[in-house]
Amino acid sequence: MKRPQLERPALLEARGVTRLYGPGKGCEDIDFRLHEGEVLGIVGESGSGKSTLLRTLCGMETPDAGRVVYHSDVERCLDGATDDGELDLYAIGEARRRALLRMEWGLVHQNPRDGLRLGVSAGANIGERLMALGDRHYGQLRAAGQDWMGRVELDPGRIDDAPRHFSGGMQQRLQIARTLVTRPRLVFMDEPTGGLDVSVQARLLDMLRTLVRELGLSVVLVTHDLAVARLLADRLMVMCRGRVVEAGLTDQILDDPQHAYTQLLVSSVLTP
Amino acid sequence: MNGYNFAYLDEQTKRMIRRGLLKAVAIPGYQVPFGGREMPMPYGWGTGGMQLTASILGEDDVLKVIDQGADDTTNAVSIRAFFERVAGVETTTATAEADVIQTRHRIPETPLSADQILVFQVPIPEPLRFIEPSEEETRVMHALEEYGVMHVKLYEDIARHGHIATTYAYPVKVDGRYVTDPSPIPKFDNPKLHMSEALMLFGAGREKRLYAIPPHTRVESLDFEDHPFEIQAWDEPCALCGARDSFLDEVITDDVGGRMFVCSDTDYCQRRQEEVA
Amino acid sequence: MTTMTQPFLSVASLDKTFVLHGQGGLRLEVMRDLSLTLAPGECLVLAGRSGIGKSTLLKMLHGSYRVSGGSLQLHFEDGELELADLSPQAWPALRREVIGYVSQFLRVVPRVPAVEVVMEPLLARGVDAAEARPRAEALLARLNLPERLWSLPPGTFSGGEQQRVNIARGFIGEHPLLLLDEPTASLDAANRDVVVELIREAKARGTAMLGIFHDEDVRERVADRLLPLDRHMLARASAPDAQETP
Repeated sequence: MKRPQLERPALLEARGVTRLYGPGKGCEDIDFRLHEGEVLGIVGESGSGKSTLLRTLCGMETPDAGRVVYHSDVERCLDGATDDGELDLYAIGEARRRALLRMEWGLVHQNPRDGLRLGVSAGANIGERLMALGDRHYGQLRAAGQDWMGRVELDPGRIDDAPRHFSGGMQQRLQIARTLVTRPRLVFMDEPTGGLDVSVQARLLDMLRTLVRELGLSVVLVTHDLAVARLLADRLMVMCRGRVVEAGLTDQILDDPQHAYTQLLVSSVLTP
Repeated sequence: MNGYNFAYLDEQTKRMIRRGLLKAVAIPGYQVPFGGREMPMPYGWGTGGMQLTASILGEDDVLKVIDQGADDTTNAVSIRAFFERVAGVETTTATAEADVIQTRHRIPETPLSADQILVFQVPIPEPLRFIEPSEEETRVMHALEEYGVMHVKLYEDIARHGHIATTYAYPVKVDGRYVTDPSPIPKFDNPKLHMSEALMLFGAGREKRLYAIPPHTRVESLDFEDHPFEIQAWDEPCALCGARDSFLDEVITDDVGGRMFVCSDTDYCQRRQEEVA
Repeated sequence: MTTMTQPFLSVASLDKTFVLHGQGGLRLEVMRDLSLTLAPGECLVLAGRSGIGKSTLLKMLHGSYRVSGGSLQLHFEDGELELADLSPQAWPALRREVIGYVSQFLRVVPRVPAVEVVMEPLLARGVDAAEARPRAEALLARLNLPERLWSLPPGTFSGGEQQRVNIARGFIGEHPLLLLDEPTASLDAANRDVVVELIREAKARGTAMLGIFHDEDVRERVADRLLPLDRHMLARASAPDAQETP
């Protein structure tokens, strides 16, 4: 047997990224690479800086120091990218940064109400990103909306209902459909299963795994829930007081933690 | 005219507004902020349009004021009387004879010419306001041409009503760049904005914004490929003048359900009736 | 005869030490100087007293435990691959393509039907669901899992039923290297026989297997060789804080 292809090209890189609100508040000197098709989990307790890091990575918060580099699809030829497709997120200007977030990236908020327009119909919520990219065919937008509602296990018959009347789990699935409809290459998820009932959470986890596999998504996933991280993430970064204390294969971090903090974190989890 | 500067506003204010108008003409559809002055009437009665009219009015100009197409409503009569008194200008109800036409909610049916200026009274100048309450954010959206959300509104219309149900203040894209609120004119009038001979100025008094559509500027009404923009149509002609090409108002004529459809543009209707007679 | 072929896996001077920061940095040396080779089509069974931590080696081979010293090498036609310092990003692909694992416990997303749990290793490689499903069903049928259970999530299954789902999931991918951690522990005699058959078929395919079997009967029927571990295992050898046990 021949050696399988094990290394995938890098998609997103943090190089010495720092964003501090005060001493120990925020994230400090973060380095990592996310590769194509990979799910990277960022775990840690609240206040560890993982949400700050996520906001910095996805273009919502300028770092004090360091760079966030995105390796754009060379064929798409985005403005501001170097010949090899390297894009310095905070050097390209807000216009292109927002365009990137619209075209190649997706963001799933912990609270679906932050990512949805609650007053407009589910179909319009799903179609919005397509319309922003220039889709101008109502029938096709509607078909895409129905298709995606099916994929996230929502009843396509409710395409004209406003998400205001949906349950929390349905809203979260709608948010995911709305984000993935444009087939982003990279998706940021902030506690996507947080705040949901356990039974709803399980279905969502399975759905996310399937979508990640089928669409070949790369994901940066922030969660405080190690069980969620175990099921979704290929690799983990453990954050404590703004710094990454340990990074590695998910099973290794959870089964053979090396750092004192990780050992404490892992041994503190309740297992039913 | 004792006690007033010509056309009510002081010359410095007029200059400031004219500079704003020049900028607005230079960037079609872009909303220019201006230092709005208190006018002797409440907001919502056309204070934005009046400040623009006051700033561009010359002593020899002939002014026409219409409200919903009519020259004889309270608002139109009052504003016309105001400028007669503070500027001493001649006024008219005849579209073709006017140099400056201040309007609320209509564009005259009689085609405008290159030496005319149409001044619109605008209640809400920001077409994105319905979805985005933050002015800071809407400005960024305009700057980056993030207009996907405008189609969300039209999508909702079709989803709910089977067609685009927006009938007035129908959003347009000006010169392929800025999405703009044409003020609450019926969508019937939107095609008149496109490649107009006359300069069109828009003033919002409460919001203190002005914008412009210069002559010969492309103005497209937003739509979908499979639900193209359409204007209103009526089954019957105007009951008074027989026009089939004008915007009709429904008028209730008695207490037993009697009704008729007549031109909303009273000057246009009148003139056609005179021609027939 | 199998010893004549080139080894697929060679382990040299493997050490494993846990450092327990919660106990004042206590160093727990659990494995010292373990070496072995494993050829394609061979089944090597780890032998030794129960409780000395035989699965430590399997977990190191599966990337779940870090290697403290020594080397773990896979021999491919086009070169060697050292696992001891393999980058974390390479492990998921290696697990998908090369190293399969049948653990004692089933850890899956709750509420996923058993048949989909079994299909997943194939889906991960991009195999069509339409092709993966009949293969998964065939394996579950062979392992005598009642058909009415296939569409149910295994969370509420009995230990033996879960074990069979786990075995099917482990064997369906036909990985070149398969790690078997007591796959027959909670099975009845008939199903043990099925597992023995599955192992024999895998051997015939050229799968290299490393296994732990408590059941002596099964051990004798599948083992080509025994690897005595007593001399190399020094302490209770599971990571003290591990989340492995349910």
